[in-house]
Amino acid sequence: MSSNTAPAIEDARLSKFEERVQKGDAIEPRDWMPEAYRKHLIRQISQHAHSEVIGMQPEGNWITRAPSIRAKQILLAKIQDEGGHGLYLYSAAETLGISREEMIEQLQTGKAKYSNIFNYPTLTWADIGAIGWLVDGAAIVNQVSLQRTSYGPYSRAMVRICKEESFHQRQGYEIMAMMMKGTPEQREMAQDAMNRWWWPSLMMFGPHDSDSPHSSDAFRWKIKRHSNDELRTKFIDKTVQQAEVIGLTIPDPELKWNEATGHYDHGEINWDEFYRVIQGNGQCNKQRIAHHKKAHNDGAWVRAAAEAYKVKQAVKNN
Amino acid sequence: MANIHELKYTYSLRMADNAWILSHRLSEWCSNGPFLEEDLALTNIALDLIGRAQAFYNYAAELEGKGRTADDLAYRRNERQYYNNLLVEMPNGNFADTIARQLYMSVYEYYFFMSLQNSKDETFAALAAKTLKEVKYHMAHAADWTVRLGDGTEESHEKMQQAINNLWMYTGELFEADETDTALIAQGLGVDNPSLHSLWETHIKNVLEEAKLSLPAANYMQTGGRKGVHTEHLGHMLGEMQYLQRAYPDAKW
Repeated sequence: MSSNTAPAIEDARLSKFEERVQKGDAIEPRDWMPEAYRKHLIRQISQHAHSEVIGMQPEGNWITRAPSIRAKQILLAKIQDEGGHGLYLYSAAETLGISREEMIEQLQTGKAKYSNIFNYPTLTWADIGAIGWLVDGAAIVNQVSLQRTSYGPYSRAMVRICKEESFHQRQGYEIMAMMMKGTPEQREMAQDAMNRWWWPSLMMFGPHDSDSPHSSDAFRWKIKRHSNDELRTKFIDKTVQQAEVIGLTIPDPELKWNEATGHYDHGEINWDEFYRVIQGNGQCNKQRIAHHKKAHNDGAWVRAAAEAYKVKQAVKNN
Repeated sequence: MANIHELKYTYSLRMADNAWILSHRLSEWCSNGPFLEEDLALTNIALDLIGRAQAFYNYAAELEGKGRTADDLAYRRNERQYYNNLLVEMPNGNFADTIARQLYMSVYEYYFFMSLQNSKDETFAALAAKTLKEVKYHMAHAADWTVRLGDGTEESHEKMQQAINNLWMYTGELFEADETDTALIAQGLGVDNPSLHSLWETHIKNVLEEAKLSLPAANYMQTGGRKGVHTEHLGHMLGEMQYLQRAYPDAKW
């Protein structure tokens, strides 16, 4: 499109766009937007959608072993919510001119990413608590900030999602709290899950601000409103107290309250691990995509049948 | 002869087991559905069934009056102590297999709970009325898919017909009446299962006709679920389901 437009008109559109964003207007699907903005959003929203969908797998790993009727009901409802979030986010991304099929293909070929955290395995029931509490807890901090993101459909999807995510976080925390009040084996299981999920949860906020490759445009266009480090600190501050209340230890000997900043200082994050897992060498990277492909391929004949039936009905009704 | 509490306990337990075992099967679809919307639809049905199982287990536990909870009933019995119909424990198979199981079961449940609404037992009647609303949706979902698959592509038609045929021998059991049924029917408390058979068969026949599928030929019908004699599949399911409850018997979750 832009190649056919005279540069002067393009510049005028861009400054008008940036002015609107600065004023805090929401950008809607029919509004003009720079290609880089569109691309950035497609990348971010589809990644977010894929994360919701791939996240169904590590949690789904425990549905059939959930230890009580209530636990099973809550877990299943939670995973269903995640799938629903995936749906709204796919729809939000579709408003930017990409189809669900294209997004699924990008996921399956590795062109599109999903949250790195789901490349870690869920080994015990306590991991379900840890995911709800820590992983969803970290996601909420990020998503609350995104409620005011500049793209209208994304911002509205975030408002809905945030309401449900806070229920998820309570669910996870409740599992951990129950286990910490339980038998010695349950407490050990809970602490073990805490030890394994704490650092990957901190990594969810992405690299330190100084190393974050996509940040500058995202800030100027108000897609992103808070930096990775700001959000990470916010998460740590609220989570440390929650851990203390139920008697869990944060696996970071360097964690301490800093009077001067009014925040916790934390030990160094293992960025080698972060990049190793992002680059495909986490325990579950291959497994998650293989699972997604298998379900998708196994379902191909069902989708084809639904399509064929729809066509037959349309012919009949004409 | 068992007293009325014991009869109602058994009856409630059977209904709970049917819902619980089927919900487990449907929950196995999570993240495995043919597309996201359908994944969520199957999970939704599973959630309805878990809710129903909980309600009937609660009532069973109350009727039994031995201090056992719904969770004890769901998680701490052995293979031979589950009384669900064999149909609901059958593995998910492909999507058509699941839909055929859903069709047979939900149409049966539709007539069953319609009748149970009139039970002289207030709890049975109230739970039946609530369940019926959900079952109508389950039945519509299964019938819609039966028609779409039956009248979709050649491949889907074959798979759907195969699934309808394969599960047929597990449908006869739904319409049996044993001593518990007979005693409860006599008192206006339970459902006259055998009388539902022709309603069910006509209903199924109509759906299959619309789906361009044929009703399987009459053949031998399996039985045993109500006596706790199951297929090999149930033990594996329970092994997985009960693992934490059995491994940590003193723990609360």
